[in-house]
Amino acid sequence: MDFTHTEDRRMISDSLRRYLADQYGIEHRNQAAYEAPFHDTGKWAELAELGILGALVTEDQGGFGGHGFDIAVVFEELGRGLCPEPVLGNLLALRLYAALGQTERVDAIIAGTARAAVAVHETDAFVDLDEIAITANGSGDSVTLTGRKSVVYGGNSADHILVVAKNASGLGLYEIAPGDAEVMGYAMIDGGGAAEVILENTQATTLSEDARGIIEAALDAGRLALCAEAVGIMDVLRDTVKDYLLQRQQFGRPIALFQALQHRLVDFSIEIEQARSIVILAASKLDAEDRALHIARAKNLIGRAGKLVAEEAIQMHGGIGMTWEYGASHYAKRLIMLDAQLGDTEDQLRTSMELAAA
Amino acid sequence: MDLNFTAEEDAFRAEVRQFLKDNLSDEIVAKMRGMEELTKEDLENWHATLQSRNWLAAGWPVQHGGPGWNATQRHIFDEECSAANAPRIVPFGLGMLGPVLLKFGTEEQKAEILPRILDGSDWWCQGYSEPGAGSDLASLKTKAERDGDDYIINGQKTWTTLGQFANKIFCLVRTSSEGKPQEGISFVLVDLDTPGIEMRPIRLLEGGYEVNEVFFTDVRVPVANRVGEENEGWTIAKYLLTHERTNIAGVGASTQALAELKMLAAKVSRKGKPLSIDPIFMAKVAETEIDLEAMRITNLRMLSADATGREAGTVSSMLKIKGTVIRQSINDLARRALGPAACPFPSEEVIGNLAVAPPEAARNAADYFNNRKLSIFGGSNEIQRNIITKNLFGA
Ligand SMILES: Cc1cc2nc3c(=O)[nH]c(=O)nc-3n(C[C@H](O)[C@H](O)[C@H](O)COP(=O)(O)OP(=O)(O)OC[C@H]3O[C@@H](n4cnc5c(N)ncnc54)[C@H](O)[C@@H]3O)c2cc1C
Repeated sequence: MDFTHTEDRRMISDSLRRYLADQYGIEHRNQAAYEAPFHDTGKWAELAELGILGALVTEDQGGFGGHGFDIAVVFEELGRGLCPEPVLGNLLALRLYAALGQTERVDAIIAGTARAAVAVHETDAFVDLDEIAITANGSGDSVTLTGRKSVVYGGNSADHILVVAKNASGLGLYEIAPGDAEVMGYAMIDGGGAAEVILENTQATTLSEDARGIIEAALDAGRLALCAEAVGIMDVLRDTVKDYLLQRQQFGRPIALFQALQHRLVDFSIEIEQARSIVILAASKLDAEDRALHIARAKNLIGRAGKLVAEEAIQMHGGIGMTWEYGASHYAKRLIMLDAQLGDTEDQLRTSMELAAA
Repeated sequence: MDLNFTAEEDAFRAEVRQFLKDNLSDEIVAKMRGMEELTKEDLENWHATLQSRNWLAAGWPVQHGGPGWNATQRHIFDEECSAANAPRIVPFGLGMLGPVLLKFGTEEQKAEILPRILDGSDWWCQGYSEPGAGSDLASLKTKAERDGDDYIINGQKTWTTLGQFANKIFCLVRTSSEGKPQEGISFVLVDLDTPGIEMRPIRLLEGGYEVNEVFFTDVRVPVANRVGEENEGWTIAKYLLTHERTNIAGVGASTQALAELKMLAAKVSRKGKPLSIDPIFMAKVAETEIDLEAMRITNLRMLSADATGREAGTVSSMLKIKGTVIRQSINDLARRALGPAACPFPSEEVIGNLAVAPPEAARNAADYFNNRKLSIFGGSNEIQRNIITKNLFGA
């Protein structure tokens, strides 16, 4: 066994960490994250140059990574830097385009010259693919789509939107130009952008009529990414809490000397190590047959650990942890909200139970 | 042992319910359900409505304009107000300064200040905490120095809730540096229009604005504005900590929030079925409901026992810890119930036009984050545990 990352992965991780620390400080982050387009398009191009998008797909597909650990190292750093760029949406799109051999799109996204998003959720189908109601109308080249896709991550700043819709053979994947639909973007409460996508006889290109397998695989890659992002965030919160306890004086001494707080810091640090481990396991299984079970287990544990760490981090800071101005509060918000993306703690528990029983 | 309310108590409940039905506007109820920030005017209007019936100062004695209710009546009133989605009563004048003046104020102070709280002429805010003095309140540094018949105040207060609406602030200030820190603190009343005071907003993590920093530079305040003796302000601060116990557990508000949660769970779907029949989610709701049910009885039980001294301290600390933990878990579930629909920042555009979540639930995530404050302010839950521990071991 070897728990060290390869040289290449360490390099991308280091350079991304340095880049975000130097170029994406918390003040700039909070400005970019909450003002349209809810990220920084200039920085997007620079992230592409660093190769972080290329790391998300394999060499055959035009990238230079694409395995679970590649995704994990990138997203762990995005978490550490609390980066609001729409990498999640583009990861989903890249995985789908790559699986379908859409080289032109893959190359453009990797180069940073185009962005894409994947519209899966509907207001009555936020988790389960079986509940998707939007149905492709027509076949072949003349397909239209009607209905509303909700909370599309990165949908507000995408050049192409991939839409998951029902058809005769199950679930298909269709591409639309955002201009042909009504795309209403907004900030998320933890920063970064999403959109409601309203389709009204919107002209769509059929990419695949039978796409369920690749959609599930792409969503699992997204879940792994969120888990790794959470680990990066939790590491920062642990360090921030530790530093704050040492620095904050009450009753004539650093509050770090109160055992009531010491033990809680220790307890949540243990959970962070558990979280790190299960993400490593899940990353190692991204291309395996039992992928779905391991991803669901990881995201369940991440959800529980994340809630503990976020809530304790706020609490142990006292009032200062409740403020917009203090960086840790934004990390805590992101850590809580990422649980809601692509299936939360309870959804993953349900999936874990079903798959473990199967 | 008899857990039933008496016939009079039931009649009182009916009377309160009818009053609320007749006097609460749909607009306010919608704002409350949607956890929208109420304006100053909304709050003042609601105070005036309650005052028109003499129900505003629930804890005050009759001769000072209170209704003269016992603890059970106050509990019933709180339950009904929460169930009807009535605005909360802003506590700083009515629940904090009022009782302090009744206990420690001079006759002149009572005669001058209490009526102005009742009729809404004054809006008070609480100036206790400082950047360096939170849990360790006694280490506060804001200084008041005697100059003839005045104090001259210099220093900084922080976390001042709704200071932006206030025209007055009651402060703990340092009047002596001799002896133990607790022994040099005085309680003074300050007009926020006095030259030398500057208030700056603090934005909270979910984006809302409800707290402030207040800076004092050579602020001149008459010595007559002191409540109680010089250097005996700590006694007043401690009195307040244990005095207001009736509502500390927030049982009424939690009950209403839980009812909203269940309605929401019936509205949203998971796996093609209403979330309200999903066993995994609903098991958590049921556990919280069981805790709340027990809390309701704990609250009534502890309120009906006339606790004093140490015992009173333990009771209010227990109610505060468990009450806030329950409320926070309801907030947590209300956010989770939405799934990704909890994600949008609750701007007017998102709530009004896009309606990603049902409108009354659009602020569920924001409210969850905002209510993390419950276990921090009013003496953090850690400090409450320390109080109970001290009482337990007689230390
Ligand atoms: C939204 C909000 C509104 C508020 N409104 C007001 C107001 O209107 N007026 C006002 O005066 N104040 C107000 N406060 C201030 C509030 O009372 C303080 O935040 C609180 O007392 C905690 O102090 P602190 O923030 O300095 O945290 P600290 O005291 O620095 O505490 C940091 C952490 O250490 C823990 N801790 C401290 N000492 C110990 C110990 N001995 N043992 C174990 N743990 C310990 C705390 O529990 C906390 O978790 C408000 C605060 C908030 C967040």
